[in-house]
Amino acid sequence: MNIELDFPAVLERWPNFLGGAILTLELAFLATVSGALIGTLAAVGRGNHSRLIARICKVYVEAIRNTPLLVQIFLVYFGLASIGLKLSAFTVAVVALTINVGAYTAEIMRAGFEAIPRGQIEAAEGLALSRFQIYWHIILLPAVERVYPALTSQFVLLMLASSVCSQISAEELTAVANYIQSDTYRAFETYIIVAVLYILLSLVMRAGFWGLGLVLFPRRRRLGTAL
Amino acid sequence: MGGHLNANHLLFLGHGALWTIGLSLIALIGGGIVGFVIALARISPLRSVRLLSAAYVQLVQGTPLLVILFLGYFGLAAIGLKMSPLAAASASLTLYVAAYLGEIWRGSIQSVPKPQWEAAEGLALSRTQRMMKVILPQAIRIATPPTVGFMVQIIKNTSLASVVGFVELMRSGQIVNNSLFEPFIVYAIIAAVYFAMCYPLSLFSQKLERRMGRGSANFSLA
Repeated sequence: MNIELDFPAVLERWPNFLGGAILTLELAFLATVSGALIGTLAAVGRGNHSRLIARICKVYVEAIRNTPLLVQIFLVYFGLASIGLKLSAFTVAVVALTINVGAYTAEIMRAGFEAIPRGQIEAAEGLALSRFQIYWHIILLPAVERVYPALTSQFVLLMLASSVCSQISAEELTAVANYIQSDTYRAFETYIIVAVLYILLSLVMRAGFWGLGLVLFPRRRRLGTAL
Repeated sequence: MGGHLNANHLLFLGHGALWTIGLSLIALIGGGIVGFVIALARISPLRSVRLLSAAYVQLVQGTPLLVILFLGYFGLAAIGLKMSPLAAASASLTLYVAAYLGEIWRGSIQSVPKPQWEAAEGLALSRTQRMMKVILPQAIRIATPPTVGFMVQIIKNTSLASVVGFVELMRSGQIVNNSLFEPFIVYAIIAAVYFAMCYPLSLFSQKLERRMGRGSANFSLA
């Protein structure tokens, strides 16, 4: 059996690959920002005094965490279409990924909230801090600081999982790869290049989060501890 | 075309669900065997073995499963190595699961307290004996909750095998939908079946974790 590999023929398409990689990063960025917001709200909601709100948040988290992303994407895609909302595949992808990563973020944030010592909250109450101040300074920021590494991994995984969005033909890296391989008949070379690009993207994301962590949590850098 | 959801459709979906379970078991067993080797290689006394296994884990964990699947099914076929959808899905899932289970298990082995290693060494046990008789029995206890938790990820990830045409639950749902044109209902049913498979495992994993008395953050994949 003779195997002929022709990487240059595929690498000629580098502008397409680059465009796909940028779209994947864009998709990951939008879903990460909105998912982090929803996830934090859901984590706060799970500790709510109202049984109903806590219940709804729990059902959301468990339903998402126990079904495949691919099914969720199809449900959002056809669900939005059936209520008459005609959105682009890319928008649907952002919505589906947001809903997905929100549930995982909620679970990570909950672990962070639970790790806050009760005494610190009582001390803050004793100092007459407002409810909002307590939530922001005593609970939220220290919790995020604590679970920051787990959040980073989760958001990188989200970027990798966004490849599934190619199945509703949302424009991103894997969809671009599918297009290129059907055009060049060089599937092996194409997917090797795409795999390398994803590895690079995950390194870029990790480096970005590491840098962001240095800016966001200067205290941690000073202490030099992993907390 | 069109028509209503009937018993035959449900039977077909049930058949797909069985294949989802089958493929999950293949991935768990295959990935478990390779993953165990990876875990041992990651803590090998040989530097080159450690580096190679670490590189493997980094490469696989930095690549989406979908791309690994495409590489195994379309990529290898393009250079003359044609695999059936089942073979391609099993091989890809095995490689993928091995990288994650290998890391989970390496962590479990390394979290067995250091004095246990030293005591075993003090009793003049060989490296193999230390591993088999002292470390692994304790590591298995630590590894059980995250491993059960990861089984949920395996089941969910088998849904990707549908894109190379392997008829498991997701693919059978797509086929049923092609004759019914009721995507929302069909995919809602599919989601419910996946939930019914995954949720008990999630609960079991949480229960085991509580029993262990360690609230480690759940290992999770989208």
